[in-house]
Amino acid sequence: MTTLLIAEHNGQQLAPATLSALTAAQQIGGDIAMLIAGAEVTAVAEQAAQCAGVAQVLVAQDDSLRYELAENLSALIISLAGDYSHIVAPSNSITKDAMPRVAALLDVGQLSDITGVLSATQFQRPIYAGNAIATVTSLDDKQVITVRAASFAKASAQGGSATVTSVAVPAGSGLSTWVADELTVSERPQLTAADRVVSGGRGVGSKENFALLESLADKLGAALGASRAAVDAGFVSNDMQVGQTGKIVAPELYMAFGISGAIQHLAGMKDAKVIVAVNKDEDAPIFQVADYYLVADLFDVLPELIEKL
Amino acid sequence: MKVLVGVKRVIDYNVKVRVKSDNTDVDLANTKMAMNPFCEIALEEAVRLKEAGVATEVIAVSVGTSASQEQLRAAMALGADRAILVETDEVAEPLHVAKAFAKLMEQEDIGLVMLGKQSIDSDNNQVGQMLAALTGRPQGTFASKVVVEGEQVTVTREIDGGLRTVRLALPAIVTADLRLNEPRFAKLPDIMKAKRKPLATTNFADLGVTVKQSMRLDRVDVPSVRSGGVKVESVDELISKLKDEAKVI
Repeated sequence: MTTLLIAEHNGQQLAPATLSALTAAQQIGGDIAMLIAGAEVTAVAEQAAQCAGVAQVLVAQDDSLRYELAENLSALIISLAGDYSHIVAPSNSITKDAMPRVAALLDVGQLSDITGVLSATQFQRPIYAGNAIATVTSLDDKQVITVRAASFAKASAQGGSATVTSVAVPAGSGLSTWVADELTVSERPQLTAADRVVSGGRGVGSKENFALLESLADKLGAALGASRAAVDAGFVSNDMQVGQTGKIVAPELYMAFGISGAIQHLAGMKDAKVIVAVNKDEDAPIFQVADYYLVADLFDVLPELIEKL
Repeated sequence: MKVLVGVKRVIDYNVKVRVKSDNTDVDLANTKMAMNPFCEIALEEAVRLKEAGVATEVIAVSVGTSASQEQLRAAMALGADRAILVETDEVAEPLHVAKAFAKLMEQEDIGLVMLGKQSIDSDNNQVGQMLAALTGRPQGTFASKVVVEGEQVTVTREIDGGLRTVRLALPAIVTADLRLNEPRFAKLPDIMKAKRKPLATTNFADLGVTVKQSMRLDRVDVPSVRSGGVKVESVDELISKLKDEAKVI
């Protein structure tokens, strides 16, 4: 058995989700090679070589991989796939885009967002927004897998001494062209990697009121999140959405303000270690999953919290 | 330009799913079913393209049992011109659906495929990407804006860090995210009219698609439930619980 693990990185740093996917790969068993694809990835490749349990680091460096467009990234993975029984990646917007292509080109199914490894071919994954957990066995000769990072502990980023090899990059398809990015720039920790998350919902009321949550987040060194309702209302940008179709987070502390707790939101945060909910509606469903809850107006609670912490 | 729209019959968005007591699957008997919400958004976009004179025909396609005719009729009430049911009694996996759509793309000379980014039952998020790979056409997944100009479509995509815009050569495959549009409701006259619109039925064999099972569902469990929370009465009590009991701050 051999696994090709597709690393998530930002060009400078290996993302923590990569280490969670590495744990899943270790549970599958066998040798692990890690693929680092991008335009300038030398620094990331050095970090990858230090990761525990990685035998080989494959470096695919080319300008056509700058934005890791699905067409180009999947062609690269396919060019390497012959040597591996498992192709594994942390689930993110790049791999969700590219991995089903890899599966289709290999004429196999894909296991999306696995949360548990039971054997090399049997896995657990959430269905129906996490309201049911399916145990599935892959019947294919190769397994293409995306991993829900929040469900796996991070493997050690130290202690390894993998060989680093450059690999050839197939020519870009030319059918898809990058035009522009509008990325949210923030000094706060990344939502999916943060130990603490402060999150707001429709109850926050406006874009301006989110400043209160930002103050609390900064006080706690937390990332800022939001419910779908808050994003749809235009209070914050789409990349802050926590839930079934947004980000899946599992921080040490998740603090929800003015979030009622639709099942689609709970699907994105119920694996947090400690959940705090503040809502003035005594019957808010989020209280059923909260470790501590306070029935109160968030506009009374937030200033007091910010002052006393 | 003809637009193909995927329509999946799933449990209604507002219904809470139950797991069968023998853990073989979820229990959908006597459950309200509906069109997958992401498919509704994809359909709405296609209908708007037709209203804008960009699309000439909108074809709704579903892969499923004969019960999926209900969702195809609903799609025609919302503006699809005709519908095709790829009928199967087996659970269709994403790769099977993608292969069927690939055949239909070719047969119908499709210029744009609009799909939902995922279905709310299996949460796979695969069909659009698989279809693009099988047909060798470009893809714009998780779209929040779609602009067709000449032989190209410009798609703004929701990605982890914000938004990314890509330009794709047509024919292309686009999958809809939540904020692409707000779907309309069907009007009664349109529901009546939809009953007379053509609905063709085919199957995997007729399309020349070989179906090979990739996944076996072994069991389905109810997720572990968090134990009930502790109600606190004040901010001071909350802070002390977080410091002394939970030790997270």
